[in-house]
Amino acid sequence: MIGGLFIYNHKGEVLISRVYRDDIGRNAVDAFRVNVIHARQQVRSPVTNIARTSFFHVKRSNIWLAAVTKQNVNATMVFEFLYKMCDVMAAYFGKISEENVKNNFVLIYELLDEILDFGYPQNSETGALKTFITQQGIKSQHHVSPTHAHTRTHTHTHTHTHTHTHTHTHTHTLCVITDVLHRPKRSRLRSPLRSPGRSAGDEKESSIAATSCSWTCWRASTCSCPRKQRWSHNKLDQIHKHEQQLAANLHPQISPPHLQCQVLSAHVSGRVAMKSYLSGMPECKFGMNDKIVIDKQGKTGSSEDAAKSGKQSIAIDDCTFHQCVRLSKFDAERSISFIPPDGDYELMRYRTTKDIILPFRVIPLVREVGRTKLEVKVVIKSNFKSSLLAQKIEVRIPTPLNTSGVQVICMKGKAKYKASENAIVWKVKRMAGMKESQISAEIELLPTNDKKKWARPPISMNFEVPFAPSGLKVRYLKVFEPKLNYSDHDVIKWVRYIGRSGIYETRC
Amino acid sequence: MTDSKYFTTTKKGEIFELKAELNSDKKEKKKEAVKKVIASMTVGKDVSALFPDVVNCMQTDNLELKKLVYLYLMNYAKSQPDMAIMAVNTFVKDCEDPNPLIRALAVRTMGCIRVDKITEYLCEPLRKCLKDEDPYVRKTAAVCVAKLHDINAQLVEDQGFLDTLKDLISDSNPMVVANAVAALSEIAESHPNSNLLDLNPQTINKLLTALNECTEWGQIFILDCLANYTPRDDRESQSICERVTPRLSHANSAVVLSAVKVLMKFMEMLPKDLDYYGTLLKKLAPPLVTLLSAEPELQYVALRNINLIVQRRPEILKHEMKVFFVKYNDPIYVKLEKLDIMIRLASQANIAQVLAELKEYATEVDVDFVRKAVRAIGRCAIKVEQSAERCVSTLLDLIQTKVNYVVQEAIVVIKDIFRKYPNKYESVIATLCENLDSLDEPEARAAMIWIVGEYAERIDNADELLESFLEGFHDESTQVQLQLLTAIVKLFLKKPTETQELVQQVLSLATQDSDNPDLRDRGYIYWRLLSTDPVAAKEVVLAEKPLISEETDLIEPTLLEELICHIGTLASVYHKPPSAFVEGSRGVQHKRLTGSAGSGESVESPDNGSAAGVTEPPPAVIPSQGDLLGDLLNLDLTPPTTTGPPPPTSSGMQMGAMDLLGGGLDSLIGDESEPLGGDLGGNSAMGTGFGAPPAVMPASFNAPASGGLDDLFDLGGGVGMPMGAFNPPKTVWLPAMKAKGLEILGTFVRRGGVIQMEMNLTNKAMSVMTDFAIQFNRNSFGLAPAGPLQILTPLSPNQSIEAALPLSTVGPVMKMEPLNNLQVAVKNNIDVFYFSCQYPISMLFVEDGKMERQVFLATWKDIPNENEAQFQIKDCHLNSDAASNKLQSSNIFTIAKRTVEGQDMLYQSMKLTNGIWVLAELRVQTGNPNYTISLKCRAPEVSQCVFQNYETVLKN
Repeated sequence: MIGGLFIYNHKGEVLISRVYRDDIGRNAVDAFRVNVIHARQQVRSPVTNIARTSFFHVKRSNIWLAAVTKQNVNATMVFEFLYKMCDVMAAYFGKISEENVKNNFVLIYELLDEILDFGYPQNSETGALKTFITQQGIKSQHHVSPTHAHTRTHTHTHTHTHTHTHTHTHTHTLCVITDVLHRPKRSRLRSPLRSPGRSAGDEKESSIAATSCSWTCWRASTCSCPRKQRWSHNKLDQIHKHEQQLAANLHPQISPPHLQCQVLSAHVSGRVAMKSYLSGMPECKFGMNDKIVIDKQGKTGSSEDAAKSGKQSIAIDDCTFHQCVRLSKFDAERSISFIPPDGDYELMRYRTTKDIILPFRVIPLVREVGRTKLEVKVVIKSNFKSSLLAQKIEVRIPTPLNTSGVQVICMKGKAKYKASENAIVWKVKRMAGMKESQISAEIELLPTNDKKKWARPPISMNFEVPFAPSGLKVRYLKVFEPKLNYSDHDVIKWVRYIGRSGIYETRC
Repeated sequence: MTDSKYFTTTKKGEIFELKAELNSDKKEKKKEAVKKVIASMTVGKDVSALFPDVVNCMQTDNLELKKLVYLYLMNYAKSQPDMAIMAVNTFVKDCEDPNPLIRALAVRTMGCIRVDKITEYLCEPLRKCLKDEDPYVRKTAAVCVAKLHDINAQLVEDQGFLDTLKDLISDSNPMVVANAVAALSEIAESHPNSNLLDLNPQTINKLLTALNECTEWGQIFILDCLANYTPRDDRESQSICERVTPRLSHANSAVVLSAVKVLMKFMEMLPKDLDYYGTLLKKLAPPLVTLLSAEPELQYVALRNINLIVQRRPEILKHEMKVFFVKYNDPIYVKLEKLDIMIRLASQANIAQVLAELKEYATEVDVDFVRKAVRAIGRCAIKVEQSAERCVSTLLDLIQTKVNYVVQEAIVVIKDIFRKYPNKYESVIATLCENLDSLDEPEARAAMIWIVGEYAERIDNADELLESFLEGFHDESTQVQLQLLTAIVKLFLKKPTETQELVQQVLSLATQDSDNPDLRDRGYIYWRLLSTDPVAAKEVVLAEKPLISEETDLIEPTLLEELICHIGTLASVYHKPPSAFVEGSRGVQHKRLTGSAGSGESVESPDNGSAAGVTEPPPAVIPSQGDLLGDLLNLDLTPPTTTGPPPPTSSGMQMGAMDLLGGGLDSLIGDESEPLGGDLGGNSAMGTGFGAPPAVMPASFNAPASGGLDDLFDLGGGVGMPMGAFNPPKTVWLPAMKAKGLEILGTFVRRGGVIQMEMNLTNKAMSVMTDFAIQFNRNSFGLAPAGPLQILTPLSPNQSIEAALPLSTVGPVMKMEPLNNLQVAVKNNIDVFYFSCQYPISMLFVEDGKMERQVFLATWKDIPNENEAQFQIKDCHLNSDAASNKLQSSNIFTIAKRTVEGQDMLYQSMKLTNGIWVLAELRVQTGNPNYTISLKCRAPEVSQCVFQNYETVLKN
């Protein structure tokens, strides 16, 4: 199992070091610094073996997290754990930066003691952890007012997911995130462990301990929403928010001479992100227009129904679920039922490859005029309902390394040549469906002797659209709470769809 | 105020100040002080002096402070064991606390304080906590048993914690079950045959129930444990698979991969015509593809595993080629892995797409990636015959780019294409020749030279081309030199008239001016072939070469099977068995797929595409060290599936005869062996063949020449000629008293270059003994069994059996005291027994231990004088020649002899299996029974052993 865990800053100084096993010595800390952080050549694998000791590392901004072991551990688990560790830390103090790690080192040690025991990962759900961790997270000092801090974290999660998609779906992605109604979050959970009187506190504590071991370890059974008081007169003590995030990866390839467009690969990797504040132990059921389910119902139900809904159903290649979902039930009946944690969580991820709507087509034309000049024309066409608006559109056209000057003309938005990035960046704030826009540029080149051809990196694009390119639709979300006596109708629900590109590339 | 300020205190007298603060009355101040101490600890400052003061703060009901103090304790208790005892009372008290969180915290921390003395105090609280009413405490206590076992395994056994832990598998709480499983699995790893994790259908059922309800991490522990189970029949196997498949939809990739591992393993049990088998195959593909949308580090791990899965069951992902296409922004480690899988999945159906992609990649920036892409094009050509032509033309296009490393890589793969499709694409040779000057890497140069030699008759100026390489012959790497030698000989055989001079030149360069034995040997072979029988030379050198196999880099099947059992773990990332990177006994357990039908299939010879002109026999796949070790540890005595060294056929009779001959005939052989060896120009391999043996085994007189040649060509497959070396008689290694009736007598012999351990096993007990197996501890020279112990029949009471175990010297190394000490474990159906024995170091003297005179002189001077050791050998009545002969039979070679004032000085050399040379000067004075010996070696610690060996050899 994991023998130790170290956190370094970008210089390789140790910020946190926690050793779980005797076989890991202090020199392991230095070995990683010397061989990986300070290595002359960039390290070419996330797993490094130095003198029979294996190091797993991930980087968040310029902070290195390294897990160390001398045994044949489950490598996948170690990485999953490192990500989880990052998530937990981010939930406590926001961005993982040197300043924040130093500010919270006691908290981090306490966390490491709780979520790794002798190198075995234990319950690491933030919600549950908050009930038995004594330390509070300290966020960067420039967040002054609490409300301000809240919005800050929120924007942060956005950027985070964004970079996320960037790093892991290096394709041509388009992904969606819904904006959510901002509600003042309830303040941090009281720490039950500091209750002075033992007799009263103990019952609560034992129930906390029990929860962390029950299969609903992500949820405290005593959970009640503070809003209950405020809304108690009409029992609307549940607020449910539903957020959906989708990602589509597409790869339209265009061969310049004939303008024949061929989609190389397109797939959507989407997520259903939820935010829920429900009292008690609610049992939820989530339904979507999954082809398998609809077809099954079609067989039993009336043919009219089947025809109606069959049109809208989508074929899901694969999906994965949060640990709260009953997987055996999904396997047997393909129904998604779960007892949700409180707050933000990602209910499921899914992948589809069929019938994907590509919201934009990119048509590039590159012409070499002599050896020192390039003419580039790029047309983008929006391919969705004209009533919808795409936002934050950005087209990135790479330029050769020996570019000396660029002149750009665009019909819409702003375009700029960024020499440091070797690209022309064209930004359009909004664009309605079924429209077309174009940019043309003249690129002056310095003559070079370089034999090597310019690699012609693909043209990439970013945008956000208010629909799910996969065609996924939420059919229902049902909530049952047997004890607290509130019904499905009392729960307020929101759904939003957003499609956002990660990287959406066109080869030219 | 934030905690970061604690990182910056670097004042002098800091410790003193902290001491004062720690003893302050105010709680807040105390807490602050402990935080400062912990910050100092993190950055590596020594704050152990504060131990008593910090421990004093422990008695508090403030949980935050308590946790801080515990953190400190865990770090420093080891360096201050006596002080740590002070904390014990508080721990014991906390284990009784009404708050379960405090009880758990206490037992968790106590387990982390790894001080022997504390362990005895830990037992009582731990016992209580294992039976605690609160599951949180129980799950913490379960892990604590593993901690305690790590410190003091005996204590855990004596206290009966293992049984309590086993009971926890039936606990009502799934998290407790998961942690108990994790702890038991870990403990079981260090007791390979303890049967701790007694997996039976009932426990499996419990585990499967817990699987549905525990945390993601717990699911991983349980799945990893399940993978070790062997179902009784296909029905059980199927029902487990059915209950594991839902895990494939888990968000945690580790759960998914561990589930894949269980399914891959249990699938082996299912009959292939079963409907369910097909369903299962279909279910495996989507989750594997989904793993590729995870974070890059996970993608990397997933891809390394998919690489294994694709080799084992290509059908799973055969339609998913597209997802392995490289994306522009993938990290390099993901790109390289994807390329590998693309080649594995390439087939006639998708080859066009793959080629288009590969061509695209070959224009990227990263050099390693581009090289691999070019190589991949070549591999596609070899794999998919229909695409070969397209691949070749793609490669030609790439050569036109003139990018240096692309060109070189392309030439290397084109050579392989020629070996797969001879006489098909020779038209491209002209293009290749244009790029001769730009080749600066040995592999590319060697490939080009091979091409020129192979097709010399079609290249008009082949002689000029090869001559141009010959100019800098000595600066080339061995690979290129060998290739050049072969190519020129081929050229000579094809165009004898014009190239006689060239061939003479290269032969003299190779045989006279080179220190490299391989090159010299090959040179001599060609020389003799050409001078004795040119027709035969033509037949040998220009023989038709076997076509190279389509998969050049498949993982060896037994290793693949083992790796499949380790899916998701580090072993699957490194593609190495755990024994290759894990120290000690942990993880060395060898895992096998059960019920696999494929294990009996013939092993494909891994042709590395080497283009030697001499026809090479297909090398048999020799299982790597780890496999064998693992085999033994598993104590599984089924015959190995791969071809190992042939089982020894020695018997006691033969042994006896050898001993007799060895002693008596030594002096006779000596005279003969000297000139023979000399005649061959110090050819080491010949030396082995002819040196001592002929007199010992008269039969081998008949065909010394052919025998020698065979050796050189490596066709003989081990011409087993026993040596006349001194072999010590068998001694009792393991008395029957100590081993429940098993008596082992044994000795070591070196025969035909193979070290053997010869044993007499006698059953002096009342019951039948079966299931023998043997294993070595790590030792100074890496001795390890080269095959399993061949005792296939049960040993009945009072029966004796002879066994000979061939040894290899590539095992794990650890310095022993004395150096030649070997610790051995022998296992039978009754128990495991341990003994240690010493082997004569001459077992390790290799047959080519004869140094050249010049080298000897230089080396002797070169080794510093402090490495010289001098010894006296008393009462030895041999003359110098007889001594020399006797020593030679133990592979101690006399290089020169000098006589000064009636004293004979023998200069001798020997080489150990690990490449260490020992040089010796033996002074023999006529009439004086005392010899003086000086030994020089770069590793002076072997001198003592070598001296002892001299003594034994000379006196027996």
